[in-house]
Amino acid sequence: MKKELSISAIKDGTVVDHIPNNAALKLVDILDLKGVRGMISIATNLTSKTMGKKGIIKISGKDLTKEEVDKIALIAPHATVNIIKNYDVKQKIKVTIPQVINKIIKCSNPNCITNNEKNVITKFYVLNKDPLKVRCHYCERNMEKEDISLL
Amino acid sequence: MNFKNRDIISIHDFSKDELLSILKTARYMEKNPNTNLLKGKILAALFFEPSTRTRLSFISAMEQLGGEVIGFATSNITSIKKGETLWDTIKMVEAYSDVAVIRHPMEGSARLAAEASSKPVINAGDGANQHPTQTLLDLYTIQKVKGKLDNLHIGMLGDLKYGRTVHSLVTALSHFKPTFYFIAPQALQMPQTYLDELKEKKIKFYLESNLMKVSKKLDILYATRIQEERFADPIEYEKYRGIYKLDTSLLPNIKKDLKIMHPLPRVDEIDKSLDETEHAVYFEQAANGIPVRKALLALVLGKIK
Ligand SMILES: [Zn+2]
Repeated sequence: MKKELSISAIKDGTVVDHIPNNAALKLVDILDLKGVRGMISIATNLTSKTMGKKGIIKISGKDLTKEEVDKIALIAPHATVNIIKNYDVKQKIKVTIPQVINKIIKCSNPNCITNNEKNVITKFYVLNKDPLKVRCHYCERNMEKEDISLL
Repeated sequence: MNFKNRDIISIHDFSKDELLSILKTARYMEKNPNTNLLKGKILAALFFEPSTRTRLSFISAMEQLGGEVIGFATSNITSIKKGETLWDTIKMVEAYSDVAVIRHPMEGSARLAAEASSKPVINAGDGANQHPTQTLLDLYTIQKVKGKLDNLHIGMLGDLKYGRTVHSLVTALSHFKPTFYFIAPQALQMPQTYLDELKEKKIKFYLESNLMKVSKKLDILYATRIQEERFADPIEYEKYRGIYKLDTSLLPNIKKDLKIMHPLPRVDEIDKSLDETEHAVYFEQAANGIPVRKALLALVLGKIK
């Protein structure tokens, strides 16, 4: 781990590791890192003992929030999030899909009130974590992984 | 059990004991039809889409209990989309009334309305999702005509794929150790998610397309309408419409005490020749909407504990 982080070590910020190889770019997209001023490095096709190939994202000068970590969980359920302070791993967070997902995802039912009324914050109950299956708090429709899209 | 201020949004929100408690209150209401229990209380009936029978049933229930009704009924979906948000409408109505009933074409609307209002909200149908007062009156009817809810053999007939009524009733009955017979053409059979839930709860069910193969086993036959627009091919529709039309030819193939239910309105699923038989309970079923809705209004307004 130490060695890998040193590929392009960051002083302060967040390293998201153990991302499924094909999910790293998507993750950058949904994390919406436009406002980040520090360096962002993305690596894919790294060799991993446990995953075969994996991806890694390093974000300088930004600690991910709980909500952002939850977003990671939705597409990279086995990722680890390392918060770096002064080149050291200060905190390791194993991402977990929460019991209730607020805001992050969109209901796949076009006739759901959340897709028709302004300013409704979506809310989903997690029925199964892997593969992900959720139920909309409002329309009570179940959605499986392939129908789940992020807001 | 205290239902004061409780919202009635989805049958999923209620435990077995809570369902039974509501049915018990409905029995009390049927025995004591005219009271002034809700005198001085105002019901807001908010019908964002037409449903004349449900609306009249609520108005009648409220007025028989001495309460008053305000509200609106619209059939103009574009005015909903252009107008103020549902949230704001409910916020306004909250100030004018003690309880609200909402019917709305979008799924989840009633749940959102309940979150907007500090007063209790009753769902009278949110799109294809839930219609809990219908489900409760169905349960009430079954309990009344069979004398029990437990261990019944229940046939569901017709459009089981899209039938909101059927889905909610299956959920509610699952508390009472039923055996289900889902009788439908394959294209309109019960969705897999419901079947998976039944498996998980270890509830027995059979999928069948021919009513006559299972009709002798049934205690209740719940018929629903098959809508033409569900079929891509009109010839398919004609074929199935004929198969599931119930008439007196059914009589040699059923238990003596089979009861036939239907959420109404019927088109031609049930022939009039069955109306006069002991088996027909669909008109009684519709009438049961009154005591059930009275019970819910009195419970959520805290007038019955
Ligand atoms: Zn929804």
